[in-house]
Amino acid sequence: MENKKKVLLKVENVGVSMNDKSLVKGVSFEVKEGEIVTLIGPNGSGKSTTAKIALGIYKKIDGKVKTYTNKIGYVPQKISIDWTLPIRVSDFMTLTEELTQDQINIALNLTGVEHLKNKSLSNLSGGEFQRVLIARAISKQPELLVLDEPVQGVDFKGEIALYELIKKISDKMKCGILLISHDLHVVMSATDYVLCLNGHVCCSGTPHHVVQDSKYKELFGDRASNILSLYEHKHDHTHSQDGTIDQK
Amino acid sequence: MLDDFFIRALLAGIGIALITGPIGCFVIWRRLSFFAGTLAHSALLGVTMALVFELNIALSVFLISAVIAIFLLQLQTKTNLPNDALLGLLAHSSLAIGLVIIGFLTTIRFDVMGLLFGDILAVSQSDLLLIWGGGIFILIILKIIWKPLFASTINYDLAKAEGMNPDRYNAIFTILMAAIIAISIKIVGLLLITGMLIIPAALARNISNNPVQMSLLSTIGGLLSILIGLFSSLKFNTASGPSIITAALLLFLISLIKIKKFSELKK
Repeated sequence: MENKKKVLLKVENVGVSMNDKSLVKGVSFEVKEGEIVTLIGPNGSGKSTTAKIALGIYKKIDGKVKTYTNKIGYVPQKISIDWTLPIRVSDFMTLTEELTQDQINIALNLTGVEHLKNKSLSNLSGGEFQRVLIARAISKQPELLVLDEPVQGVDFKGEIALYELIKKISDKMKCGILLISHDLHVVMSATDYVLCLNGHVCCSGTPHHVVQDSKYKELFGDRASNILSLYEHKHDHTHSQDGTIDQK
Repeated sequence: MLDDFFIRALLAGIGIALITGPIGCFVIWRRLSFFAGTLAHSALLGVTMALVFELNIALSVFLISAVIAIFLLQLQTKTNLPNDALLGLLAHSSLAIGLVIIGFLTTIRFDVMGLLFGDILAVSQSDLLLIWGGGIFILIILKIIWKPLFASTINYDLAKAEGMNPDRYNAIFTILMAAIIAISIKIVGLLLITGMLIIPAALARNISNNPVQMSLLSTIGGLLSILIGLFSSLKFNTASGPSIITAALLLFLISLIKIKKFSELKK
């Protein structure tokens, strides 16, 4: 059954250099429908770069990227919108896709920012803007979601809820997700496949496999290995919360 | 009542304002004000080229603008100089080359002032045809590419990642700007076309909260500037192009007052 899943993104041995300096090299992975693949690694390890390569943002890359869908939603790590541009949340929602008012409302509601619909983008706080970014990416019902640190600046409670939402989207909409996150708890609890980057792939595999890898311990320290036991406890809890959300 | 030449001037001005309204918004959003100015300066070179090679002026201006735009892209990849320095370099050197060539054209009578500041009162039937024909064409193209162009303006990576091909639309927009300058140089002149692109859009920014509204208000602002400018140039016997830009500036100042009132009301 595992093999029947449609492959949405296939990255083969890719890398990119800037001014003769390699930013990242030799990265290979696949994202299938309904699957979450997560990139972890220290700052400057090439996580965002890898995501951008996968999205075709760089003009010159080594290796091959194959995308098998054109319904892609992207939440970039940094987005500097010129605040002199008058734009409301609702205008931003339809940036790359025509949406009905209903679709906009539903997406904003999912990330808890429906009340901001007619607000100017420049008046949002960092966390609010991040929720709008996620809402925009999921509103077009993408087959592939690329989320680059999607919950940065979001309050603690919201962070958990948003990660649950992301997991739900992957399960129910059969959406493939490429996630970049610093939150090892979340990564280990919801991910199907982990790539640990540091300019190249240090180690990769299922979360269980990765936390036991010596390279992972080197990179994140011994304490990070205990994450998994924490996660296993948290996992039960997540399920019961999931239920309450479903009832809504 | 009104003379034919004045009616033609009005029609020409209205045509220009309809195009510069929405395009000017993109010029501001994309921070291309200086770039528009550079293209406008290079238009003088385009006009002299047209005289030397006996080409159509609009066509020649368009081609030179396009060459300058491509040249700029080349320079950007070859040096580490900031953009504004490159633009200044291109603007003034192309203007200078144009003026040097004019010096050699001793046999041709040439109205440099008219070229710099425009002569809207000398608009002919065929100019009108060019402005309205070209203008409608430009607006249709803009309407077609609005969404991907806007997405590329907001964020390159996002547009690229979600399949919008920002490079293509950035290039198309540059061509549209060159086309506007080509068809409007005779009306407002090369020193003032940048003003028509920027000032109405700037005043619209002061009083709008979304992109579509801003482009509509910018168009209305441009139309009012044309009307006020032309009628006052008739009444006070002032140069038409500068009168239009002065009117636009006055409207801009008024839009500032409005903002203050709004914010006071909010308090």
